[in-house]
Amino acid sequence: MFSELFERTFDNCSALHFPSVREWKLADPGRKVIAYFPVYAPVELIHAAGMLPVGLSGAGDRLDIQHADARFGSFICSIVKTTLEMGLAGHLEPFDGFLFSTICDSARNLCFVMKRNFPQMYVDFLHLPHNPSSPAAAQFLAEEYRRILTELERLGGEVDDGALHRSIALYNGNRALIRELYQLRSRSPQQVPTSELYQLIRLGNFLPVEQHTALLEATLAEFQSRNTKPRDSIRIVVEGSFCEQPPLTLIRLVEDAGCYIVDDDFVIGQSWFESDVPTEGDPLLTLAKSYLDRSVYSSVRHDFRKPRWDGLVDKVRRNQAGAVLFLIAKFCEPAYFDYVPYKQELDRAGIPHLQLEFEEKSFTFDRLRTEIETFVESLVFD
Amino acid sequence: MKTAMDEKKEYRGSIHQRQKDLMLAWYDQLDQAANSGNPPTVSMMISGNCVELLEGFGAVPLYPEVNALQLAIRHQSLDPILAAEDLGYAADNCAYVKADIGCILKGITPTGAKLPTPTLILCNFVGCNTYLKWFEHLAKLQQAPLYVIDVPFMRADEPSRSDIEYVVKQLQETVKKLEQLSGRKFDYDRFRQAVARSSRTEELWSQIKHLARRSPSPFDAYFDAITLMGPLYVYRARPEGVEFFEAALAELQAKADAHKGVYEQEHFRLVMEGPPPYPYFRAFRDMFAKWQACAVASTYSTVGGLWEFGFRHDPDHPFESVAMHMIAQNVTNRNFLQRYEQIRRYVEEWNADGVIIHFVKSCRLFSAGQGDMRDYFTKQLGIPTLYIESDLEDPRYFAEAQTKNRIDAFFEAMEYSKATASVRSYREGSA
Repeated sequence: MFSELFERTFDNCSALHFPSVREWKLADPGRKVIAYFPVYAPVELIHAAGMLPVGLSGAGDRLDIQHADARFGSFICSIVKTTLEMGLAGHLEPFDGFLFSTICDSARNLCFVMKRNFPQMYVDFLHLPHNPSSPAAAQFLAEEYRRILTELERLGGEVDDGALHRSIALYNGNRALIRELYQLRSRSPQQVPTSELYQLIRLGNFLPVEQHTALLEATLAEFQSRNTKPRDSIRIVVEGSFCEQPPLTLIRLVEDAGCYIVDDDFVIGQSWFESDVPTEGDPLLTLAKSYLDRSVYSSVRHDFRKPRWDGLVDKVRRNQAGAVLFLIAKFCEPAYFDYVPYKQELDRAGIPHLQLEFEEKSFTFDRLRTEIETFVESLVFD
Repeated sequence: MKTAMDEKKEYRGSIHQRQKDLMLAWYDQLDQAANSGNPPTVSMMISGNCVELLEGFGAVPLYPEVNALQLAIRHQSLDPILAAEDLGYAADNCAYVKADIGCILKGITPTGAKLPTPTLILCNFVGCNTYLKWFEHLAKLQQAPLYVIDVPFMRADEPSRSDIEYVVKQLQETVKKLEQLSGRKFDYDRFRQAVARSSRTEELWSQIKHLARRSPSPFDAYFDAITLMGPLYVYRARPEGVEFFEAALAELQAKADAHKGVYEQEHFRLVMEGPPPYPYFRAFRDMFAKWQACAVASTYSTVGGLWEFGFRHDPDHPFESVAMHMIAQNVTNRNFLQRYEQIRRYVEEWNADGVIIHFVKSCRLFSAGQGDMRDYFTKQLGIPTLYIESDLEDPRYFAEAQTKNRIDAFFEAMEYSKATASVRSYREGSA
């Protein structure tokens, strides 16, 4: 029952013209919607301003690129092009603004290309710090949040600390449920197929947080009540899909090949903090400090105090996984770079791994299926 | 009218030789540091580098990008690139990084001189995300300490007070870190003196760049400017740098006063956007020389700093001005639309006929979205613009015949429109 519901809602929410977002706006035409490009965005600020934060995640295989190839040229990932194409084709019309951040060079340039092509929109760039070791970083980020909040206030009206605290609390609740779902999946993956969990989490990109939290609660109860027998599968961690998302078919294919995905970084912005953001004190400073000290490790966040490769090895051990599958979007430079130290540390720890490349618009998977099946066989008969 | 002069000439003046000597002396210092542990060395990125700060320690900068480009220009980059790919780097990773990592793995250096393990790997993060990855990997590979100066990107027209304070505090933290690591005390007066020298070098460099507004330009502001960039980044804050740029200005000024250009006749004036294809540097230059097309301005020559619009380091505010340089006065930390504006100013104020956009697959910071840039210049401003693709380091991505054909076709079209424009003005004049 739930899987059908997911698929219906997921299809509706991820349709090119954002029907669920249009509906939300239609209910009260004065309301504003701010889209954010992956990976992390301080959605609490947008929510507290009475706006709907919507996570952009490309166009999958649902859009033919007519113009964006010429604007971005070769060797640039798909999500950058499909995002611009959606704009040029009028699909992003329900949005009042776009927020980008320091994730990679292509996405950053996209921000300013969007700014030129959509001059009527509020387009902003959030500088997330790459030096959390500096005592000055928290104050800088809090002021950066203040700057963005001021822009949002210009669009939608004043925001006070109380509203920010309430938004933080709501998103804390949402993230805590996601953590619980991830833990349940790790404990008994047969009850929580990743193809379902992934859709459920990704819905959080589109739905109002209150609605998404209710859906998470109901689904958690449904997953808990399942009495599925475990099958003989290999426990793996998926790494590398933090921005452009793989086609759902590919996630299913990995599971069908005999893998339990026990942890992953799909739509990782939805579960960015490892613990709750405090709901006391200066909310912007608290959010800033949380970004510096509570964030999950990610290829788009740099913290030379704690290497990401240690984070991956910990994740594998914590989840008692037997292998790592790198699912890397074609031309994703942060993922390509991180693959090297990840691989070195996994080799050192004796953890097998496989690297595969995808594009959001991939539609043939024969070669990938063969590679995954061969990898699984090599582990089973090892 | 000459349409296809097969002009291949030596582009050298005496400054080219002086530049070579200076760069060799730099490698000698690095070799000495590798052998004796002295002077302290600091790895940095070219873009928005804070070489003045190093002077406060008598430390020498180590620029992996300069090493990488030196290899490419000497046609030696492919082997180290392949060594890095064997390690797991992707075909689509920045080839500068791969060449550098490959060199360390294989013990290759550009001149054969030894390179030291740096006292500190200092990532001056100014826009380029690849810098962060590159220096993390170097720190891991070389087991050397890493510090990142996180420079806020130019998301508005001017940096905020908070942006500047954040960078100043990190510069001060860097000073403490370097004191611990080098065992030397930071000499504030020496730092201020370095900032003052930089200011002088920048003034000279800016005057050189403004000489290219003359017609003919006494030098090519892309190909020749690249020759001058080495001393600019290594020696800007030192007496040798000031002397070098004084001599360079005098030489070019004399050339300009004698109305001597790069070519017998300056046929086209261009603005160049993007880094050059170093593995085919000479072949690429010849493709423009054939048409007597001279670059009068380039964005690549502002990677390390943007000085032709007036910015100078300020010895009265040394930390703040170093921060300002890192945040706002280098092309890589400025946003894409600010680059459009920079090129537009060059076209207007340096009186250019067209823009060449060189997309390099290695560098997404430079290249991602350059198709939109072309759209802006051709459709919105009506400026002839050519877009070509290759790479700055990897020789496998240079399609020589195709690139040459596109360049020829571009200039043929420009010739044609110049010819029709002169016929039109003749007719209008006689009517």
